[in-house]
Amino acid sequence: MGMTMVEKILAQATGQTAVKVGDVVEPRVDLAMSHENGALVINQFMEIYKDTGLEAKVWDPSRIAIIFDHRVPAESSKTATNQKKIRDFVAKQGIRKFHDIRGDEGGICHQILPENGYVRPGYVVVGTDSHTTSHGALGAFSFGIGATEMASVWALGGVLNVEVPGTIKVVVNGEFPPFVGPKDLILYLIGLISAEGANFKVIEFHGSTIENMSTSGRLVICNMTVEAGATSGIVPPDEETLQYLHKEAGVRGKIKTFGPDADANYDRTIEIDVSKLAPQIACPHTVDNVKSIEEVEGKKVHQIVIGSCTNGRLDDIEIASRLLAGKKVSRNVRMLVFPASGRIYRQALKKGYVAKLMAAGAVVMNSGCGPCLGVHQGALAEGDVALATTNRNFKGRMGNPNAEVFLCSPAVAAASALTGVITDPRKGG
Amino acid sequence: MSKVVLKLGDDISTDIIYPGRFMATVLPSETPQFAFADYQEFNARVKNKQIPAGSVIVAGKNFGCGSSREQAASCLKGPEFMIVARDFARIFLQNSINLGLNTIICPGIEANEGDELEISGNQVINRTSGKSFDIVPLPKARQAIIDAGGLISFTRQLVLQGKK
Ligand code: SF4
Repeated sequence: MGMTMVEKILAQATGQTAVKVGDVVEPRVDLAMSHENGALVINQFMEIYKDTGLEAKVWDPSRIAIIFDHRVPAESSKTATNQKKIRDFVAKQGIRKFHDIRGDEGGICHQILPENGYVRPGYVVVGTDSHTTSHGALGAFSFGIGATEMASVWALGGVLNVEVPGTIKVVVNGEFPPFVGPKDLILYLIGLISAEGANFKVIEFHGSTIENMSTSGRLVICNMTVEAGATSGIVPPDEETLQYLHKEAGVRGKIKTFGPDADANYDRTIEIDVSKLAPQIACPHTVDNVKSIEEVEGKKVHQIVIGSCTNGRLDDIEIASRLLAGKKVSRNVRMLVFPASGRIYRQALKKGYVAKLMAAGAVVMNSGCGPCLGVHQGALAEGDVALATTNRNFKGRMGNPNAEVFLCSPAVAAASALTGVITDPRKGG
Repeated sequence: MSKVVLKLGDDISTDIIYPGRFMATVLPSETPQFAFADYQEFNARVKNKQIPAGSVIVAGKNFGCGSSREQAASCLKGPEFMIVARDFARIFLQNSINLGLNTIICPGIEANEGDELEISGNQVINRTSGKSFDIVPLPKARQAIIDAGGLISFTRQLVLQGKK
């Protein structure tokens, strides 16, 4: 019996010739990522060594990455103190893949990892963030874990007792219509299989639409697989993956790749044709409450957000600037744009996107998670409606349990910024 | 016997259990004050320590979906809640096992606030309604961690054995 991507990666990471669904394995970890919640990981890590007489040293500092993104620059002295604690730890342990609050190399963890070539095909990646699923876009098995689990990884260099997950194969064919793209595809899929439709499973993407999709788009779809409950998403690495790693991420030398076996065993297969797909909107308060745009068009909004680890990349900012160029954001909305990394911000500056967006009335903020998790910039008022390119619309997500968040693509967000109501970009003038 | 003190529906996210705006608080001993912060009445009872240890929260499917924030498990572990849900989201379940939070997977559970539940072998018995419901065992892969009383002590044993 052949193996899926994840089975192959876990076999490799445990030094076995084969593993199968349900086997309990302890894979070595190639990359372990944390952000500000590294402060809690440090506490738990120290706890492991308490009263042992052993020195608390991480297993391999070169395989640990820490990126400040959730609250940058710090919104409170409490956060600042956590960040300081992490800086001290990073220096002491010799962790070099550390991205502080900087315009040159800072940004959101799920953009920093790919753009710096920290993730390679076939890697086992763990992160103390549920959207660690993103990095499956590069052909890695990449999943979210909690802080205590991470403390254990820092000590041992592997994850204890992982059950090999089953895989759902999603085959996507067809060419996207204008103003429809990867975000609409993943929202559609989540609506189709529900918020727990892929619980404890991996979603492996195939088909011509995926083969023709940029790494940026693959990051979008893998990012949001967790919203269907998936342990991870994964795209078999191909020529596009290699191009991205060599050209964008500056990786030198040969990169080893492999795909799943042709006779691999999948839990189920889902086929999607995107050639007639309409823009999709996830309505409050669950990500699987997905509707076609026709059903929610005209809904009044107060805040538009373009950014996050889902849709804060250069192509997202480009389409927004294209739709807004020479026009004005409605006086009835605030439009916030936050590029996913300092690198993307600088590229957007250079290409003139930032100037166009600001001239239209948008506020372009520093890179980071910003309003996405509602602790920092861009919190909502009672009764506010936000339309965002982020990935979660749970009650309270943008800082107010009595507000509503709708999720959409950058094209829908930008078209709606001009009108102040949910607007179909396909009908734009 | 344990009393049901809160009954919830499906897809209760970690943003509801522990809202993101309190995430700068990381110490497990300090997180319970923000448990279900937007359910003000219930949160006040947790904060004022009015709920006896072992009390039950009953939930539907996919409890703990969303973020990996461990505060969502530690804020319930502090007051020693027992969570009986139809099923759990992966990361939340793993965090709970790692921290020793008592989680019970019970796909058919039917109970209301105020009901008295009893765990007997592989069943949850609702003493108020008289019905009983089967328990699905926790992932077998994690049994060693449960037996060790949590992941910290389990990893500590491994480190001491020099398995590092
Ligand atoms: S942008 Fe939002 S979803 Fe992405 S890592 Fe930051 S808080 Fe999480």
